[in-house]
Amino acid sequence: MAQEYEKIVKDALFSVAPDLEGEEIVPDETFRDQFEIDSIDFLNYVIGLSKATGLDIPEVDYSELESLQGAVAYLRRRKASMGF
Amino acid sequence: MPNEIIVKAAKSGVSSPNLTDYDAIRQAFTWDAATAELAGLPGGSGINIAYEAADRHVDAGDGGRVALRWIRKDRSTREYTYRDLKDLSARFANALKDLGAERGEKVFSLLGRVPELFVSALGTWKCGAVFCPLFSAFGPEPIKARMTIAGASVLVTTERLFRRKVAPVLPDLTSLRHVILVGGGEGGHDFDSLIGSASNEFTYVDTRADELSTLHFTSGTTGKPKGAMHVHGAVAAHRATARFALDLHPEDTYWCTADPGWVTGTSYGIIGPLVIGCTAIADEAEFNAERWYGILAEEKVNVWYTAPTAIRMLMRAGDEMPGSFDLSSLRFIASVGEPLNPEAVLWGERVLGLPIHDNWWQSETGGIMIANYASMNINPGSMGKPLPGIEATIVRRTDDGVELIDTPDTKGELALKRGWPSMFRGYLGEEARYQKCFAGDWYLTEDLATRDADGYFWFVGRADDIIKSAGHLIGPFEVESALIEHQAVAEAGVIGVPDPITGEVVKAFVALNPGYRQSEALTKDILAHARKRLGPAVAPRLLAFRATLPKTRSGKIMRRLLKARELGLPEGDTSTLEGNE
Repeated sequence: MAQEYEKIVKDALFSVAPDLEGEEIVPDETFRDQFEIDSIDFLNYVIGLSKATGLDIPEVDYSELESLQGAVAYLRRRKASMGF
Repeated sequence: MPNEIIVKAAKSGVSSPNLTDYDAIRQAFTWDAATAELAGLPGGSGINIAYEAADRHVDAGDGGRVALRWIRKDRSTREYTYRDLKDLSARFANALKDLGAERGEKVFSLLGRVPELFVSALGTWKCGAVFCPLFSAFGPEPIKARMTIAGASVLVTTERLFRRKVAPVLPDLTSLRHVILVGGGEGGHDFDSLIGSASNEFTYVDTRADELSTLHFTSGTTGKPKGAMHVHGAVAAHRATARFALDLHPEDTYWCTADPGWVTGTSYGIIGPLVIGCTAIADEAEFNAERWYGILAEEKVNVWYTAPTAIRMLMRAGDEMPGSFDLSSLRFIASVGEPLNPEAVLWGERVLGLPIHDNWWQSETGGIMIANYASMNINPGSMGKPLPGIEATIVRRTDDGVELIDTPDTKGELALKRGWPSMFRGYLGEEARYQKCFAGDWYLTEDLATRDADGYFWFVGRADDIIKSAGHLIGPFEVESALIEHQAVAEAGVIGVPDPITGEVVKAFVALNPGYRQSEALTKDILAHARKRLGPAVAPRLLAFRATLPKTRSGKIMRRLLKARELGLPEGDTSTLEGNE
């Protein structure tokens, strides 16, 4: 499952910032610290994640989605709480 | 006007606004008197922004006051007093001198919101060099274009930004002699060691009021970016407008969220609050709704200057979120960047307990020109009324100049009577382009607007093809030039399309070279190419393929027509249109 979540996160990120495709992502570092991602990119990435997973993601959770590791853990937790 | 007017009543226990009576103060105001309120360089030998912003307070015995409270990404803070800023900027000025930077040379910054930015700006002004801020979200191409036009001598940046954005174009930056790296690293002088070994005593260069201090780059519809030239004497306008339009008082804690790479971040992120003697907040991190409410509450921010895109992102975060923060210190909220929609003004009143005061200005004007004031009723959606000392009107261009439009609610071009201290004095190296901005005494803003019977101004749109996205002006030509460098792209046309958060978002239309077929993979490849060259703030976020693009018979892409078709608007005059799909 972790791999599946990782793919969802990367797909959402790359569709907003296609220039990052192929770049190595440090899992526990925020995307904004590693790459050229602005606030609008980040918002579009969260919207993309929400669409891909069907999850309603409240704004208070946004900071958990700032790194690959954080986002994967977040999706796993949210999906688990839904009984998956 | 469909929205109710927000009526201002005097509130008890609140420091009285600087602008108590709009009409009376406007009538009595003169720029000579405002300039006379500056300290001036000791000995009466000139005006220098850095002296007014830092040293003046130290000389007046206020050196121990906190000038800057910097918030790191991890939310820890560090304070700098006015004395600290005086000393550090003197060290930076000496360091520049030691490096051989002469008066009038161009010192560029490519930095985020860090204290070294304040030190670099003040130190540059102090030694009579010219401060040129760059937006750190620019890619290598916009950076190269701007540094080349200005003939940059010195660049202050970080190792990471240098490696990603400057190193790829370094061979083209032939005028660049020194790179200074905040945090040290490969490729330049270490900022701390450089200023650490310099003296904290600096004898001011006797800069004149009309001497070049700052270059702010702005985008053109065609051709290269333009370097709007500003002078030291502009500080009289920064001071007056920060008092009137932002209602700044010396005891205020003030937060300007604008990026330091744009004019707002300089005029009102650095100069305005420091000249008044406030404590300025600078947050290193990017936007996050909870963090922002946290900063407003914990830092006890009194005056907050932000942008429509940020406000709409906060609105999106929900009306409940601010309820868990103590925002009782907040007294005045202002916004600039693009017109603030009436819903956002009213949202402020309803959810934050304060209406949001929209104001209007440009890189060329150097400071706020039209504003909503603490003491004046707000017509939500209006940019307000002209500042004291500013004469604004609506004009129609004619063959031999302009004619003034006196009929209320009639659309025309917003124009300003020349003569305020922060007015730009030229576009660097482009006198003809500068002269074209004026008709007699009127500066023509290229913004379309109306004025109502009560004297409030209302923004209508741009007269040209410039795109306003998230508060930044984006020149379509710069974007198109980067797009056609992609091997698959034959021609490109770029427009702004409406977006609920950013106002407008950049959309590109491209026609492909023979042998290329449109596909999702190619879309991504072209967008990736544009982002790498231009950076996320300037690159298109949307892309569509066209067999051909509408052009005039002389071969100019008709962006206006692309936009009309995209938005389903009337196509207007298409008599000059060459064959198209």
